[in-house]
Amino acid sequence: MPATDIAIVGFAQSPSLRDANPSEVQLLVPVVTQAIEMAGINRREIGFTCAGSCDYLTGGPFAFVSNLEAAGAWPPISESHVEADGAWAMYEAWMRLQEGDIDIALAFGSGKSSPSNPAEVWAQQLDPYYLAPLGVDPISLAGIQARALLDSGKATEEDFAKVVVNSRRNAAANPNAQLKDADTTVEALLAEPYFRTPLRKHDCPPISDGAVAVVMARGDKARELCSRPAWIRGMDHRIEAHQPGVRDLTSSPSTALAARKAGYDGGPLDVVELSGTFSPQELILLDALGLSLDGDTKVNPSGGALAGNPIMAVGLVRIVEAAARIIDGSANRVLAHATGGPLLQQNLVCLMEGE
Amino acid sequence: MSNERCAIIGVGQTNFKKRRDDVSMPGLLREAIDRALEDAELTLRDVDAVVIGKAPDAFEGVVTPEIFLADALGATNKPLLRVHTAGSVGGSTCIVGAHHVIAGIHGTVLAVSWEKQSEGNAQWGLAGGRSGGIGAGGAFAPWMRAYIERSGAPEYIGWMVAVKDRRNAAKNPYAHLKMPDITLEQVKESPMLWDPIRFQESCPSSDGACAVILTNEEGARRSSKPAAWFHGLSVKSELSNFPGRNPVKPQAGVECAHDVYRQAGITNPRSEIDVAELYVPFSWYEPMWLEGHDIAGPGEGWKMVDSGETDLGGNFPVNPSGGVLSTNAIGASGMVRFAEAALQVRGLAGEHQIPGVRTALAQAYGGAANYFAMGVLRTTPPQ
Repeated sequence: MPATDIAIVGFAQSPSLRDANPSEVQLLVPVVTQAIEMAGINRREIGFTCAGSCDYLTGGPFAFVSNLEAAGAWPPISESHVEADGAWAMYEAWMRLQEGDIDIALAFGSGKSSPSNPAEVWAQQLDPYYLAPLGVDPISLAGIQARALLDSGKATEEDFAKVVVNSRRNAAANPNAQLKDADTTVEALLAEPYFRTPLRKHDCPPISDGAVAVVMARGDKARELCSRPAWIRGMDHRIEAHQPGVRDLTSSPSTALAARKAGYDGGPLDVVELSGTFSPQELILLDALGLSLDGDTKVNPSGGALAGNPIMAVGLVRIVEAAARIIDGSANRVLAHATGGPLLQQNLVCLMEGE
Repeated sequence: MSNERCAIIGVGQTNFKKRRDDVSMPGLLREAIDRALEDAELTLRDVDAVVIGKAPDAFEGVVTPEIFLADALGATNKPLLRVHTAGSVGGSTCIVGAHHVIAGIHGTVLAVSWEKQSEGNAQWGLAGGRSGGIGAGGAFAPWMRAYIERSGAPEYIGWMVAVKDRRNAAKNPYAHLKMPDITLEQVKESPMLWDPIRFQESCPSSDGACAVILTNEEGARRSSKPAAWFHGLSVKSELSNFPGRNPVKPQAGVECAHDVYRQAGITNPRSEIDVAELYVPFSWYEPMWLEGHDIAGPGEGWKMVDSGETDLGGNFPVNPSGGVLSTNAIGASGMVRFAEAALQVRGLAGEHQIPGVRTALAQAYGGAANYFAMGVLRTTPPQ
């Protein structure tokens, strides 16, 4: 575990939009600028930058190269890029900060799902030899997972609806959320038709564009920049086997393992922000963390990924939303989660505390 | 550098060729990984985390393929991080892996990078799935012409680099193009692709993978073989295009080199570095990087080539492995530079070993020559 204390001292996110007019780099520029301004630093003080994005969303190779504009890469900067959610970019930057030779790092994530059909794009993420040729798309896969969860007796369709009610109601207070409805009820949701049985449309994430950035600082530098930094107590990520047939789709052992490795001991949490992009996945994640919707921990006060799903940003948005609760003083111990791959195959957990 | 010291204790490469249709993508990766583990005298069980890199996913047509490769990589229940920094990615992946060790997050890390270009069409992929792309050679040719004009280098310098690298590759069991008898005449007479680059002055498209095992001092002690220690490592990026940019000698390349020299305490790279593995996909990039990384003065890089200084037996051997010019599985190529530099430092490079190497330089670049990853490796750990 880290020898050095590292904290989030600045952040910003774009609203989650169904079809944003600006290009990906145009979404990023104000977000990176605002995060830097919130931290109150000069761009030149940043010792390392890491970006997260996906070529296939943009539909071109090296899509991340133009995102360097947002990082302000002139004069040259120390910079790297992950082909993953911005949460993994933050992980790399957090790791780099621990070496002690730099004080400040920037991480960001961005993606526009609107130009393409995400169901077609993400079907190409599956094993090209054995799985992709079957033509299964992400929503159908999520339906299989939802069915497995129902069959296991761990959840009911009513539980799925409760997740959505929590998301829509919380999102009503989040200016960046895409889908919000303060008045929705379980009964109203269950009256909707199936989309991919047993999933209804509201059990699935929206198609979203968005960007998010975070500034981290080390030790006393963080205290100097922020009156109440969100201290990262631990961060870890784990991946599972790919073939859905060899996994128990109703559980998320990699989330549980990542949480443990990040230092989460099951103690009280004020807030948890999860990247379950389908309502049954949120229940699986809560179960893996030993939490529930009716417990003392506030679940997805932002509305979560069901209220806005800018792929490649959405996981880092969860971390930023959780960190914001610490920085504004309304929470003292929070946990955020990001995911990658189909059906929660890969999971990242970030545990943060106030001082 | 603070915290842990980091060494490469295992290196594995596939046999590179145009089409590796004898193996799947997972099979290709395991060939490199298994060789690296065998070299390190370890098994997958000893690996704490996996870092993987490749160039654009469009080359094989699989979105973030490491997700489906997780099992073959031995990454299940472990952290798996995917790096993508264009052509420099193999070098960046090695460096990200090393940072896991240096920061003390994990003790032993597998870094692997790959490309299976025969699964798709790289030129189509490079052009973003549109036809009419100018290819990497088309993008770099104007800068090579600018170098020739500024330095006054004679035309045959490019041919000399091609002959040297292809002959060196003949001594490397893993290299793709092995031409022990190639002559200047043959290079000169090969068709012009992108002026000034002729067919024999250009890299091939290869299938292949490269893996390295990175570990800390405790891990290195367990190995019976010599280790290659990081004394410097750096990544630098700059904007790819703006007025006033010098694409012939990009500032990010200059600063990346100076960063690793400073970390390693090198004040005169030409005399203090025993061997260099530089990313040279087109012949002219050898003299360009010798100057671009301040190993040679302005206009002096081509003279190092001309005098035979960069030959296998020269004072400053460049790419004894045969380099990218002989083998280019794009995503893997940057890591091969670090792997080959490590083999030289460990004295395990076989027929293309340079005698008595104590300090080796590894370099990868990518994008519009706006991404750089560099490392200095030595026989002993840093102080």
